[in-house]
Amino acid sequence: MSKALVIARLTFREGLRKKLVLGVVLLSVIFAALYVWGFHLFVQDWRAMEARRAAAGARTVLPYEVFASAMVLLGLWTVNFLAGVMTIFASVGTIASEIEQGTLHAIVSKPIRRWEIVLGKWLGYATMLAVYIGVMVTTVVLSARLIGDYTPPNVLRTYGLILLVALILLSLTMLGSTLFSTVANGVIVFMLYGMAITGGLVEQIGTALDNDVLVRIGVLVSILVPSDSMWRLASYLVQPRIAVNFMGPTPFGTTVPPSALAVWYSVGYTVVMLCLAMLRFQRRDL
Amino acid sequence: MEGRDQQILVTQWAIETRGLRKVYGDRVALADLSITVGYGEVFGFLGPNGAGKTTAVKMLVGLIRPTAGDGRVLGYPLGDHRARRQIGYLPELFRFHDWLTGEELLDLHGQLYGLSRAERRRRIPEVLELVGLTEAARRRVRTYSKGMQQRIGIAQALLAAPRLVILDEPTSALDPLGRRDVRDLIRRLRADGVTVFLNSHLLSEVEAVCDRVAFVNHGRVIAIGPLDELLRGELVVEFRLGALPDGTLAALERIVQVEDVRSGEHPVLIARAPDETTIARAVDLLVAAGVPVYGVIPERRSLEDLFVRLVEDQEQSPV
Repeated sequence: MSKALVIARLTFREGLRKKLVLGVVLLSVIFAALYVWGFHLFVQDWRAMEARRAAAGARTVLPYEVFASAMVLLGLWTVNFLAGVMTIFASVGTIASEIEQGTLHAIVSKPIRRWEIVLGKWLGYATMLAVYIGVMVTTVVLSARLIGDYTPPNVLRTYGLILLVALILLSLTMLGSTLFSTVANGVIVFMLYGMAITGGLVEQIGTALDNDVLVRIGVLVSILVPSDSMWRLASYLVQPRIAVNFMGPTPFGTTVPPSALAVWYSVGYTVVMLCLAMLRFQRRDL
Repeated sequence: MEGRDQQILVTQWAIETRGLRKVYGDRVALADLSITVGYGEVFGFLGPNGAGKTTAVKMLVGLIRPTAGDGRVLGYPLGDHRARRQIGYLPELFRFHDWLTGEELLDLHGQLYGLSRAERRRRIPEVLELVGLTEAARRRVRTYSKGMQQRIGIAQALLAAPRLVILDEPTSALDPLGRRDVRDLIRRLRADGVTVFLNSHLLSEVEAVCDRVAFVNHGRVIAIGPLDELLRGELVVEFRLGALPDGTLAALERIVQVEDVRSGEHPVLIARAPDETTIARAVDLLVAAGVPVYGVIPERRSLEDLFVRLVEDQEQSPV
């Protein structure tokens, strides 16, 4: 187990060095800057509009928090998306390319069990993602609070769910990496990730149109890859009820949140995929 | 990989394999490997590229699973991670986490070996010194030359003071001086009682340091034994003769194995014989046939010749 932590530390340090990861971080910094600026403009506009309205003697049509919440939701959706991309970029070749390059040979031949290597890598990336998502969620929530004087509900649970989205993808990508070459794995995992997002959209459209078939397709996809459904739950929790009801089904949220069972399913899914990766790597010839 | 037989046996062999076989699809990488290597022995594993040497080594350190057969390394069943605590291994095609410095890399591998911080602090400068990389310890491995990378590879293999060192083509990237250093290193290991398993296609290297060798070709051992024993029975003699009458050559061939005849005014005949007595009989025959014998010059047979002959013999007679 302590050997797994050695691998975790190595993976964490190595992850931070990856160019693609640095790219995502750079993108995130740009996003954060734009987000802060955008939130600032939004609040300014809103206040100007309210002042005009008050001067004209008109009443406020909708509470401020509906719009502020939409801003937060948009920000978190971007964080969620970037985290997903970062997860896949960081871990796509973790086993496959290291076998191809030969970096794993000197590791596997040490007195360490193979599952400890897989677990260590998983923990290393998970830590990296937890830090990244933590910083990004904090940026969004603090922007809302400091600039917009608005605090969304359930921030911690939302953070946990966005992290869960990343961990689902991480386990899936690592399993793929024990099975396929780096390139094939990248294609497959991005397809699955895309499919999960599309499935979520289809479900929203189904809800909006009251179409059972579309909803069922969405549910089926979220069983195959539960990442998007966990984001939908996060989006539901982080908005006040009034905002959810006002928005209705949107590409970014949902009016029908997944149940607690779905959360347990996602956690189980993450664990099972990780265990499958360990089993597969156990039998893999290097 | 660890299920079947968890017992540690105290055996006389550092390495013991029975009928190891590895098949990828329909390609046989290793047909049938049964060898024993004693403790403290420097064992040479020789063969042309693609003979299955690396496959065999990877099985010993648990990188790949045999299709059939089994074995023990340091008393542990093949693939048992506990044996690897006492094994130092230099892979053939390796790449390290080259963004680490030499020192950091060794620290990482020391941790994987389960060495304490104190042990690592003591051992790392020692092995760096041993492979001559003390100066480069704080440099990133990426900036190392190929030879230096091979040295750091050897350093990580020796880090945990292993009882068994397995080197897969350790000098492939080294210049002649580096090769000599590795030879000296292997001799030092032998003096310390460390078992060395040396995988190489460089016969001179093996010849210089190994106690026993195994020749492999097409995934099979075609000869195994102590070097001097293998080279014995490999007496090669050059006969410098006068004119050779018809029939004499045929008669001679019944006694010794004629390998080459260079005809001319003074024919030169290269022949192989199992021992000196046979050569004396050949000389008797020549003298009796009235052939002038100007010279009988014994040639020392090199490992390389033996190897080439063994491989050719095997190619001619399919197993």
